[in-house]
Amino acid sequence: MQKQECIAMLLAGGQGSRLGVLTKFLAKPAVPYGGKYRIIDFPLSNCVNSGIDTVGVLTQYQPLELTDYIGNGQPWDLDRANGGVHVLSPYQQIKGSQWYKGTANAIYQNIHFIDRYQPEYVLILSGDHIYKMDYARMLDFHKAKEADCTIAMLEVPWEEASRFGLMLTDEASRITEFEEKPKNPRSNKASMGVYVFTWAKLRAYLIADEARADSSNDFGKDVIPAMHAAGEGVFAYPFDGYWKDVGTIESLWEANLDLLNPKVDIDLSDQDWKIYSRNPASPPHFVAEGASVQNAMISAGCEVEGTVDFSILFSQVTVEKDAVVRDSILMPGVTVKRGAVVQYAIVAENSVIEEGAVVGARPEDCAQLDAWGVAVVGSGLRVGRGATVTPSAMIENDVEGEI
Amino acid sequence: MRVNNILGILFSNSYDEALPELTNLRTMGSVPFGGRYRMIDFPLSSMVNGGISKVGVITKSNYRSLMDHLAQGRPWDLARKHEGMVLLPPFSGGGIAGNQTRMEGLTGALAFLKNSKEEYVIMSDCHVVGNLDYRALFKAHAASGADITVAAKRGRAPRLDCMRLKADAAQGMRLTEIAVSREETPDCLYSLNTFVLRKALLERLLQEALNLGRTDFERDLIQLHVHSLRIHAAEVTAYVQVVDSLQGYYDASMTLLQPGNRRTLFDAQRPVLTKVQDDMPTIYGLHSNIKNCLVADGCQLEGEAENSVLFRGVRIEAGASVRNCILMQGTYISAGVQLESVIADKGVVIKPGKTLVGAANYPIYLAKQIVV
Repeated sequence: MQKQECIAMLLAGGQGSRLGVLTKFLAKPAVPYGGKYRIIDFPLSNCVNSGIDTVGVLTQYQPLELTDYIGNGQPWDLDRANGGVHVLSPYQQIKGSQWYKGTANAIYQNIHFIDRYQPEYVLILSGDHIYKMDYARMLDFHKAKEADCTIAMLEVPWEEASRFGLMLTDEASRITEFEEKPKNPRSNKASMGVYVFTWAKLRAYLIADEARADSSNDFGKDVIPAMHAAGEGVFAYPFDGYWKDVGTIESLWEANLDLLNPKVDIDLSDQDWKIYSRNPASPPHFVAEGASVQNAMISAGCEVEGTVDFSILFSQVTVEKDAVVRDSILMPGVTVKRGAVVQYAIVAENSVIEEGAVVGARPEDCAQLDAWGVAVVGSGLRVGRGATVTPSAMIENDVEGEI
Repeated sequence: MRVNNILGILFSNSYDEALPELTNLRTMGSVPFGGRYRMIDFPLSSMVNGGISKVGVITKSNYRSLMDHLAQGRPWDLARKHEGMVLLPPFSGGGIAGNQTRMEGLTGALAFLKNSKEEYVIMSDCHVVGNLDYRALFKAHAASGADITVAAKRGRAPRLDCMRLKADAAQGMRLTEIAVSREETPDCLYSLNTFVLRKALLERLLQEALNLGRTDFERDLIQLHVHSLRIHAAEVTAYVQVVDSLQGYYDASMTLLQPGNRRTLFDAQRPVLTKVQDDMPTIYGLHSNIKNCLVADGCQLEGEAENSVLFRGVRIEAGASVRNCILMQGTYISAGVQLESVIADKGVVIKPGKTLVGAANYPIYLAKQIVV
């Protein structure tokens, strides 16, 4: 195994339980995003674009679709003779077997994988965020500061700060204090869940952390505070750009529709920082004579005969005549039949909205505004003829329609 | 029978001269078509979907774009340790000048043919848009007991030097007469230049022709043997378009706006495969007005378009209007432009306020990277 200066470990085992039915059969990093991508495409593409070509992907929850999607890593140019992408699932050992107990434990259990490359640095990523970031710059920062741990940091609006893990820093960007979701934040510098560690240091702390019975084996809760308490150099690397956690239905919906907002700083058409993905062979999409498409993002293989406004259509979506899709996200293979109306909704893969069915509603048409929310239809389901799916409903089974 | 008992041969430069505008810088095989494809994708996908796992691509000239497109053949699952895709560039020596004709191409590829273990060969050109079922074609070949089977289409013959056929239905469509001509014939059975035959027979016929100094594939290899060999036609009734001129290219492109044609061509069970470009999906702006258009990924559409084929990365600014056009990859249409019946090659830029109007039977062609 050739030595690598820096390798990446991508934590992709999370369920993303707040995404409900969308993560029933797949891990959160495999959730479709942005018309043709999945969430994991962002950290993977960032790695390749940053010159990091050895990536361990740690899987645990519902790994089938994710493992299948990653395959040999070819879409990201990660099918390498030396390095490349490796899917690392929990495994049986001579003294028994255990699941990944926490983020730090997942890395602990794969120390031998990392050791094979004898890296100086390890980049820890999660498969939960949408952002474009040059990790090479962060690594340069880590080296320049002679840090032991560097945490990517984003300045968030003060009014939202209390939702994040926050950091207080000195003038040299050294972290002086952590605050986990405080009621009265003293800082607006939020952790992005992107870490660079000097491997020799992290390795020792992982082993020490594992020996502690009271540890939850988590980077944010245990390992980094331990490093900080012991006086190791823990620094905050300032990042300026679009970054979004897509952990909830609302944030996933928003992050998708952000792509239609020219004011939002996430340009996926940048030829110098492409986001790669694995896609089925589909012909170009077709917009028919009577169709009306405005303010939308549409992928290959779609056939649009109806009205699409302020929506994201993934590949092979069909919107039939007189159907209306507004403020919605239709994942691959969805069919919206004649006269159906889909508004403020996320419809998961291959579901069918039958003729005249109504899914979701606009907030202004809702009698009780506090009960309003984005409607979600799970994958492979059928919303029957003329049936109604109310706002903020989360549909897990077929909805009967008129006979 | 093993499915991979058939070797594929593609002629990437065939009929380049029929489309001088588009093949000036490239081969017929690398002519962009249908928003995201190249002409070679159609026969190549047919081969792969037909279970063929070794394909030789014979090239003559201007094949840089073709090499860029095919690379190692990964999108077609042909990047293999064994077999897979083999590019066969011109090979001179042994009395041949280097792939100028189909015969020279094959002669140059004789070593490739001889080294291949497959029993049969399917050969195709790249000027036909279609989703031919090669399994069915091979089945028909085997069932008829023919020595050679030629895929053929009935209708108006293309304005190309190609074989027009007379077949005897009573003998299972055995050919009785072959005329090689470029005359426009309103209704006849004409060759689509996809051939099935035993590899040994092809090698023998080639060697004979070479020994006798014969140089014309259609006349010396096929026509000459119309009575001595059993040559059968396999009639294709599904959607097929022959590109025989710039007008033919335009008309063939426009047939894709019919849903039925798309359904046949883009059959999900036999997908047309092509190189992946990782463009973002297409963005429609606030006031975009797009009707009856085939649109590839990566476009940014703010203006109007109707009855058009838009390739990857086309931009139409607000206040521009595009009608009955074919805009290839990266065409930039500025505000206030009026465009009708135009074929814009890759990277064309139309500056603000310009008007260009061709006619459906005389489309204007704008060469690669021209700025108007």
